[in-house]
Amino acid sequence: MSAAAIRSLALAVICLAMLVAPAVLGDFSVTLLNYVAIYTLVALGLVLLTGCGGLTSFGQAAFVGIGAYATAYLSTTLGLSPWLGLVAALVLTSVTALIIGVITLHLGGHYLPLSTIAWGMAIYLLFGNFDFLGRYGGISNIPPVSLFGYRLEHMTQVYYLVWIAVGAALLVASNLLRSRQGRAIRALRGGEVLAECLGINPFKIRLFVFVLAAALAGLAGWLYAHMQKFVSPAPFDLRAGIEYLLMAVLGGSGYVAGAVIGAAAVALSKNWLQDLLPYVTANSGNLEIVVFGALFILLLQHSRGGIVPLVLRYLPQAARAPAVPHAPSADRLPVRTMPTAGQQLLVLKGVSRSFGGLIAVNDVSFSVNAGELLALIGPNGAGKSTTFNLITGVIPPTSGTISYGGRDLTGASPRVALAAGIARTFQHVKLRPAMSVLENVMLGAYSRSSSGFLAGALRLDRAEEAIVRAAALRQIARVGLAEQASTAAGNLALGQQRLVEIARALVADPSMLMLDEPAAGLRSREKAALAELLKAVRDAGTAILLVEHDMDFVMRVANRIVVLDFGKKLAEGAPEAIRKNPAVQEAYLGGVA
Amino acid sequence: MSAFLDVADVSVSYGKLNAVRDISFSLDQAQIVTIIGPNGAGKTTLLKALVGGLPSTGKVAFEGHDISRLEPEERAECGIFLVPETRALFADMSVYDNLILGGYIRWRDRAGIAHDLDQVFGLFPRLAERRTQQAATLSGGERQMLALGRALMGRPKLLMLDEPSLGLAPIVVREIFKIIAGLRSHGVTILLIEQNARAALETADVGYVLETGEIVHRGEAKALLRDPRVLETYLGGSSQS
Amino acid sequence: MNLDIAILLIEDGLASGAIYVLMALGFVLVFNVTRVIFVPFGDLVSYAALTLASFQLQRTPGTIWLLVTLAALAILLEVLRLYRIGQFARLPRALVVWGVLPLLPVACTLLLDGFALPSYVAIPLTFALILPIGPLLYRIVFQPIANAPVLVLLMVSVALHFAVSGLALMYFGPEGMRTTPLVQGAFDLFGIAISASLLLIVGVAAALSIALLLFFRLTLTGKALLATASNREGARLVGIRTATTSAAAFLVAGIIATVAGVLISPMTTIYYDTGLIVGLKGFVGSVAGGFVSYPLAALGGVIIGQVESFSSFYASAFKEAIVFAAVIPVILARWLWASNAHIEEHDEE
Repeated sequence: MSAAAIRSLALAVICLAMLVAPAVLGDFSVTLLNYVAIYTLVALGLVLLTGCGGLTSFGQAAFVGIGAYATAYLSTTLGLSPWLGLVAALVLTSVTALIIGVITLHLGGHYLPLSTIAWGMAIYLLFGNFDFLGRYGGISNIPPVSLFGYRLEHMTQVYYLVWIAVGAALLVASNLLRSRQGRAIRALRGGEVLAECLGINPFKIRLFVFVLAAALAGLAGWLYAHMQKFVSPAPFDLRAGIEYLLMAVLGGSGYVAGAVIGAAAVALSKNWLQDLLPYVTANSGNLEIVVFGALFILLLQHSRGGIVPLVLRYLPQAARAPAVPHAPSADRLPVRTMPTAGQQLLVLKGVSRSFGGLIAVNDVSFSVNAGELLALIGPNGAGKSTTFNLITGVIPPTSGTISYGGRDLTGASPRVALAAGIARTFQHVKLRPAMSVLENVMLGAYSRSSSGFLAGALRLDRAEEAIVRAAALRQIARVGLAEQASTAAGNLALGQQRLVEIARALVADPSMLMLDEPAAGLRSREKAALAELLKAVRDAGTAILLVEHDMDFVMRVANRIVVLDFGKKLAEGAPEAIRKNPAVQEAYLGGVA
Repeated sequence: MSAFLDVADVSVSYGKLNAVRDISFSLDQAQIVTIIGPNGAGKTTLLKALVGGLPSTGKVAFEGHDISRLEPEERAECGIFLVPETRALFADMSVYDNLILGGYIRWRDRAGIAHDLDQVFGLFPRLAERRTQQAATLSGGERQMLALGRALMGRPKLLMLDEPSLGLAPIVVREIFKIIAGLRSHGVTILLIEQNARAALETADVGYVLETGEIVHRGEAKALLRDPRVLETYLGGSSQS
Repeated sequence: MNLDIAILLIEDGLASGAIYVLMALGFVLVFNVTRVIFVPFGDLVSYAALTLASFQLQRTPGTIWLLVTLAALAILLEVLRLYRIGQFARLPRALVVWGVLPLLPVACTLLLDGFALPSYVAIPLTFALILPIGPLLYRIVFQPIANAPVLVLLMVSVALHFAVSGLALMYFGPEGMRTTPLVQGAFDLFGIAISASLLLIVGVAAALSIALLLFFRLTLTGKALLATASNREGARLVGIRTATTSAAAFLVAGIIATVAGVLISPMTTIYYDTGLIVGLKGFVGSVAGGFVSYPLAALGGVIIGQVESFSSFYASAFKEAIVFAAVIPVILARWLWASNAHIEEHDEE
């Protein structure tokens, strides 16, 4: 039986078990499962937000609260249908998240999670102080949800509602993560620079994930309110917020399944503690939170990845990494018209950049022509990587101008540079280690494809995905990694990771390829293969700008060489001339005496 | 066998990648040993492992004692100091404070610290001029001097230098190498990593060539300087032509 | 609002602001040295206040059980560590540092149990009981993951808060306690009445802040702490034991928390969870300093005190919500400032 068949079978068994569960289990267990479902929705939002997008939020409980209070107020005080309450819950949480997100999602580092504590506290405190929300007493007598006139009064009836919601949410989330925008979400953790250089607008993606996570929490709040038929501020405080985070981390915050497993683990162990602790101490209610805190600490100290990766480690390889489907490649992505060879492509005029008092790049001018391979060399610290960052717009120059194909790129963002046709690799490899080689390379095609969030979530993007996959596989084969396409990128040797970056850059169909030390970490035979590849790419019309330390390699592939030293251009010319230049020999090739 | 520093089968891996594989070598007291090799060969990783800054396997013995399990601060107490590639200065503290903290492990020896401070200022008069200035405001060369001076304040027995010439003007590089040679005559053992391979080999007694995490050549520095394979790859053999 | 009320509000804000200043300084100190945002810091304030109150009520403070538990865990970890690196010769020292020192005040407390203790015994004993908690928590919880990303440390810190405050509820119960005032009376300054306790709070807070400053400027230990904060790798390379300096930072935080606890317990009734709110407000102050700058953190603390005091007059129900909502603009301003200074580039794995 194939791995895919085993997966389908397992899924079918689980669904069947879930279907008959209420008939078999007692009321108490069904109630517990209902809570697991509600927790799962919130934890799923955190999986997307924290595990995939790298944004930690301690405030999700506040969104659950907004959803719960919105529907509670609508269905009691205003006497409206709970289904209107659902609309209100989703709209209100999304709008709140949108506002908070626009304000705070530009924050970097630990400022963002700190701000989630702040607004989480503030929203929670509001619940308890508004008269129309019943202050700390809350709102009671919330009606149950009715479906075709059938009131979902009992826990067994609510069971199907909540688990259908969970099933739908899980499906949408896993579809989304496998889509174009989902890859963008997962690329966020690689840092701002990577996202920008792939043509991704990190802020937009973050805002989307943030709102989505909030909406999931709002949905959970809606279900909670109509299941409990009562809301009060207490379940929406910071403590609940951290518990949701615990669920996501415990389950495995990088995995959709981690949400269910984490929610179940927390709910069940909480229940278990409630049964067990009264035997240990009279103050069992208090000890519960202590044990919980201690467990969370132990988890973070010893297994930060959570349960899912632990389980995956013991599954056979096939179940972990599905084989790469060989997609038809009849259709192609839109192709760029390459500039004619010899035409001036990239032009730097008097470009300087200083950091504080240090001048990293000092009045550098050079140009790259279409169809040539220009090597930028110089000792460590000569300003080569800074020059790269200036050209790709990662940092703006202090003075001077940069133009590309006649278009002014001075101070433009990396996304603009990519749109103009410049794709790059990084000196310190920026791959997403947990994603497969194929997915990493597919990220490179982000700017050439267009599927949106909705298309991804509903799998309306299959045609485009197939084309992108085919394009990515072609480039992977081109750099010689066809065998490793489904391997996690982090498991490759450093030299191979550099090749993956090259494939990722090539998939963007650049008119100029910028490579930062592509040969570092390669063995001599691999270097020879890389040299052939670069020549082939150049001959196909893509200009290459190369930073490299291996002189042999540079001499073998470069048409022209620019030498930098102390941020200044020391020399420029054909490889033979550079080799014989005494100033270059003194500065670069060593010789102190 | 009890060499001054004895490194046996040291490996370092990042995740599943072996950055450094089964490195073994030893060095004698008052020797300058250099490790050269291309970027990404694992030189910096090796030095970090030797000071205990990275988890590694294998055995490191210093003056006959096994130090493999010691923390960096404990190795500093043994007299092993590293000037890392990043320099790792206390950027928001003064030059003076940086140097004083260099003598942290022998803080009881106030007279000795005062004496060594004078010595360091004698060695690097520029630091004396800037003693109250914040380390962050120093130029690249001055930072390197401060990093070296700070390490000397600890009276190192074994001094490891990661790319001391990085980003420095040739004239400053010459000065730094002169000081390194001078330290050896005071009995300090030096392990030097340099991409300026020629300068390193001209100063050192023994050289090792590291490539993709393994030692591929070893020998007397002067011999390596003439070895055609080394010349070709690391010295830009063409510079001879 | 008339002038009298305004003056009253300002004075009120100054008193609580002084506490927030102390808390803000503590947050900055611990974060700089260890990268831990020490959420349970506020809980230590509760512990200090409730310990002192217990002494005054002639009860045995539950703090001693916390100390016994933590000391046992710390010793266990030390034994395991020494076993792993094969350095059993250091065991006696570890036993003294992590066992004898924390348990000494516990023994004193048990010996004096049931006696009516005068302030000059009760307050020092409170200090002796609270001070070991910080370093013990560091040793048990944070030292094993000292190199983890800030976010992981933050999550651990929040979880630790729940454990520590849950224990406080078990030890001290849900009811609040209030200690007897340390000083009484009031002064008249240019026609404005200033209570002696306000003077005490502001005076002690100022003195402690200055003492901290001198500690960093003049002592080698203080400089070693700054060095650890400035460059952890560099600190280790010159032989500064960062585990020790980190524990020292937590010790200083313990001093600050105890001072704060002793100062506020006569002002307001302290519950097991009051500390969190006090701590969070101090923390808001430290955010204003971007967790880096001590003077800005102190300024932030003063401002929070005033914001709180005045919003309690205008919208008392929402005063807490207002204080926390005020964090967001502060964080934003802080971040804009920081990101202008340098480009951020962080990989989180």
